[in-house]
Amino acid sequence: MDHLPILSLITFLPLVGAAFILTIRGEVEVATRNARFVALWTSFITFLASLYVWIKFDSSTAAFQFVEKADWMPILGITYHLGIDGISLLFVLLTTVLTPICILASWEAITERVKEYMIAFLFMETMMIGMFSALDLFVFYIFFEGVLIPMFLVIGVWGGSRRIYSAFKFFLYTLLGSVLMLLAMFTMYLDAGTTDIPSLMTHNFPARLQLWLWLAFFASFAVKVPMWPVHTWLPDAHVEAPTAGSVILAGVLLKFGGYGFLRFSLPMFPEASVEFTPLIYGLSIVAVIYTSLVALAQEDMKKLIAYSSVAHMGFVTIGTFTLTVQGIEGAIYQMLSHGIVSAALFLIVGVVYDRLHSRDIETYGGLVYRMPSYALIFMLFMLASVGLPGTGGFVGEFLILVGVFQVNTWVAALAALGMILGAAYMLYLYRRVIFGKLTKEHLLKITDMSPREWAVFAPLVLLTFWMGIYPSSFLDVMHISVLNLLDQVHTAVAASDTLVVAGQ
Amino acid sequence: MIDSLIVFLPLVASVIAGLIAFTPVDDKTKQARLDAAAQWVTCGALVLSMILAVIVFIDVALGDNPRTVELFTWIDSGTLEVSWALKVDSLTAVMMIVVTVVSAMVHIYSIGYMHHDPSIPRFMSFLSLFTFFMLMLITADNLVQLFFGWEGVGLASYLLIGFWYDRPSANAAAIKAFIVNRVGDFGFALGIFAVFVLFQTVHLDTIFAAAGSKADATLVVFGSEFHALTVICILLFIGAMGKSAQLGLHTWLPDAMEGPTPVSALIHAATMVTAGIFMVARLSPIFEYSETALAVVAIIGASTAFFAATIACVQNDIKRVIAYSTCSQLGYMFFASGVSAYSAGIFHLMTHGFFKALLFLGAGSVIHAMSDEQDMRKMGGIWRAIPVTYALMWIGSLALAGIPPFAGYYSKDIVLEAAWGANTNIGLYAFWLGIGAAAMTAFYSWRLLFMTFHGAPRADDKVMAHVHESPKVMILPLFVLAAGACFAGYIGYENFVGAKTAVFWGNSILVLGHHPSLENAHHVPLWVKYLPLVVGLAGIGLAYLMYILRPDLPARLAATFQRLYLFALNKWYFDELYDYLFVRPAFVLGRGFWKTGDGTLIDGLGPDGVADAVRHMARRAATLQTGYLYHYAFAMLIGVVTLMTWYLLVHVR
Repeated sequence: MDHLPILSLITFLPLVGAAFILTIRGEVEVATRNARFVALWTSFITFLASLYVWIKFDSSTAAFQFVEKADWMPILGITYHLGIDGISLLFVLLTTVLTPICILASWEAITERVKEYMIAFLFMETMMIGMFSALDLFVFYIFFEGVLIPMFLVIGVWGGSRRIYSAFKFFLYTLLGSVLMLLAMFTMYLDAGTTDIPSLMTHNFPARLQLWLWLAFFASFAVKVPMWPVHTWLPDAHVEAPTAGSVILAGVLLKFGGYGFLRFSLPMFPEASVEFTPLIYGLSIVAVIYTSLVALAQEDMKKLIAYSSVAHMGFVTIGTFTLTVQGIEGAIYQMLSHGIVSAALFLIVGVVYDRLHSRDIETYGGLVYRMPSYALIFMLFMLASVGLPGTGGFVGEFLILVGVFQVNTWVAALAALGMILGAAYMLYLYRRVIFGKLTKEHLLKITDMSPREWAVFAPLVLLTFWMGIYPSSFLDVMHISVLNLLDQVHTAVAASDTLVVAGQ
Repeated sequence: MIDSLIVFLPLVASVIAGLIAFTPVDDKTKQARLDAAAQWVTCGALVLSMILAVIVFIDVALGDNPRTVELFTWIDSGTLEVSWALKVDSLTAVMMIVVTVVSAMVHIYSIGYMHHDPSIPRFMSFLSLFTFFMLMLITADNLVQLFFGWEGVGLASYLLIGFWYDRPSANAAAIKAFIVNRVGDFGFALGIFAVFVLFQTVHLDTIFAAAGSKADATLVVFGSEFHALTVICILLFIGAMGKSAQLGLHTWLPDAMEGPTPVSALIHAATMVTAGIFMVARLSPIFEYSETALAVVAIIGASTAFFAATIACVQNDIKRVIAYSTCSQLGYMFFASGVSAYSAGIFHLMTHGFFKALLFLGAGSVIHAMSDEQDMRKMGGIWRAIPVTYALMWIGSLALAGIPPFAGYYSKDIVLEAAWGANTNIGLYAFWLGIGAAAMTAFYSWRLLFMTFHGAPRADDKVMAHVHESPKVMILPLFVLAAGACFAGYIGYENFVGAKTAVFWGNSILVLGHHPSLENAHHVPLWVKYLPLVVGLAGIGLAYLMYILRPDLPARLAATFQRLYLFALNKWYFDELYDYLFVRPAFVLGRGFWKTGDGTLIDGLGPDGVADAVRHMARRAATLQTGYLYHYAFAMLIGVVTLMTWYLLVHVR
């Protein structure tokens, strides 16, 4: 290693912060305050360090960068191996941006067991960053599963009234998928003799085995995305999770699935990926249309946004499997912008939830009279969610559709229906919450956003416009890596086709 | 630089006014000062934009100096490259004039009209924001930026229709406008994708250069092979239909009248709704290669012109009459484009921008005078009280009905003559429906004039006592628009559609040699030339008969032809049909998927079902633990026997 182990630093810095919080003693009030500040500063410094990585990142190569490699369990060939390319870098950044925002958003909302809460979030950040930068199957799996524990606790301890049911549903759903993935990983190890991800990417798995491996990984990723019909844990988890939990869940955890498809399914099982594309398209189309319609009928704000997430992630899975540059870049971009926008939407629900402790749409109405700034922010993110050009939401959706139209016009047209339905449920939600006369008694004294809340939203607003008006900052980073990925897949598929032809 | 200024001044003004809107104040004088600041900033920016637009018009259109200003990269992915850029050619320059002039006038008019409103800065900010998006739309040099402006004006329209957000009807109308437009945009977006597949670019000039070579190309869409340019044009035209409220996607426009009247004038009459016509003209280099697509444009346009006119004849809300009239006139512009007389369509767009804005703002002046009454059945007999407004409404109506020498005469006649000149069945279809619509146009215009201004007053005394002429700040913009309604036709004729047309438009509009409709329009038989005027006068005469001479006639006619009357009054039942076909099923399906799909099926069979099953099994398993040793011993024995058997079968052969 000839450079600073910056990735390890970013990954484990939050853990150091968490350990530090553990040592805080003293009066509850002081300890609580200190815990908050330590968490905020830790996550902020982590964010700054990740910016350094972004600046130093060389976007002219597809190779993994900032690589760190050390023997861990030499007998099994397992190494501690980290590194990022143009795809994972952006997800690391997404994580490091959202974590401090989450901590700031929990500042006043969480009053019980604050220390433990902050530790859970910092622990979660370590797991997420580690997941995105892991280059060894074993390391990856630890992080991938490790993140479940703090999230399970966040929902189960600081959640709403049905938190236990939701926490278990979340845990079991995701774990069940992961068990199959673990089995697949063993098989891969047995076949390839290594757990090194870059080596596995170049390893040719036998075609039949690929099918099984693909399905096993699919079981895990589909739950995470979530794809229809294994999405029902998401609305429940969101509804019960505290605001910041929802933010991380929607903002980062859902991206594990999409990222997994890009990191494992496509490069390692290219032929199987092509084989199963119709399945992905089918499930995704259903997700887009079905969940959009379900969102239209919701009475709970958080559930509505949760369902909209499923619809938006449907676009992601479609884009990923188009195997076109636009489709894949669009999918990555959609994940990033959804990470920002859906996070903001959950925070928006959080603002009024903190005041009235109700998520029912019915509770609200006419908020614009008392909360004009809130109405503005809500409007902005509603439009971004709808995919209005000029906001981050547009670029990803547009690129995905450009990609898929080249491959399959039916899928493109059906997915594009999501444009219409998305507008319907979001505008309808906005109208019921913000517009109308302010007549409800309990709303007469509601207050507009505080400076702290502004501070929470300001970076997200900035990012949404940035991503909408000048997406090159982010697209340029991923170009080479995406092209390289596509090259791998196309070469592998072409090779297997010639094999089949030769065999006939 | 000057091009960028025209486009971005309104944006800057909008942001400043927006910031003012969010400045909290508690006392009234301060509020008034802030309001004034917002008005000055936005009006100033718009007037400046307008002056610059005139300069650009002289330079670009008259001086033949088209250009494109590249700003910076927008989206770049693989072979897809999209930039932010401002393309200014003759077509854009013409649109710039229409947009900035009407917008500046509406801004100034709004100072008076919105005088009593508590959210003046917000209103001004939205108006300027709209203008910015509209200017982005007309200066787009690629389809994606066109889409940006397209959706942006839709957003502004949504915000302004729902400006009075305490009214449920305004909110509903705003959502409807946005969603119906999204249906159109769905087609537009697919059109862009198809263009990219065919041309590997979305850059307009590159597409136009390659269009000829792709004239015979085919594209596989939805499993079948089609003529590529036809598919593309029809998909894009669906977008145009949404924005320009054409038959089928028109339902949002009348409801959009829920917005303040200046908005109706600016967005829902003069500028935004003409975006579809602009788009077809802008894309004439590809529409020209698809006879089918042109036929679709012409048929939809002509049908809308006729259909909307029938509804306008029976509406009672003054703004809705003008709204359906707009819908109908947009139909004219489309069928002009459909017979390849794009320049005639744009000519009508320009003159219509002036006189329709004039009519709307005049109607606003009437509504203002009548204490916010919009129902014409409660007006009448007020022409003496507001003579200036009355005179201006006459000018607007004369122009709309196509009476010489007003602007509409020149533009509408050339449109109809071009339809005739196309020498095709579709041209004839458009011509005759256009003539029918022309008669109805004159009829409903004078019906409006007579019902509003003449006859016995039908409003109560309190309202009548309060009828007053609008302040100067509202009347002055009307004079500017009236000047346009009077002279724009005569002045523009030679350049737009007359002898100088080829030089004037330069490369911005393409018409292939075998589409000589505009050329033929100048050599039509005399009866074709005079028929629109004759039916127009007849329409006026009929209105005079029904609403001045025999005011009892309308009611008797309505009773006699009740079915027909109700059909028109209820707008051909489109809203009911759509509600039945789309809106209600969407909610029913959504609820069904949620409760039954997610709840009963997925959760029932999935997690909850499994959990139940596990609990059930666990209980069963618990009963197995009896505590008797011989039970356990017996079970063990069975196990041992099974294992032994298996071992023997597999290993000892």
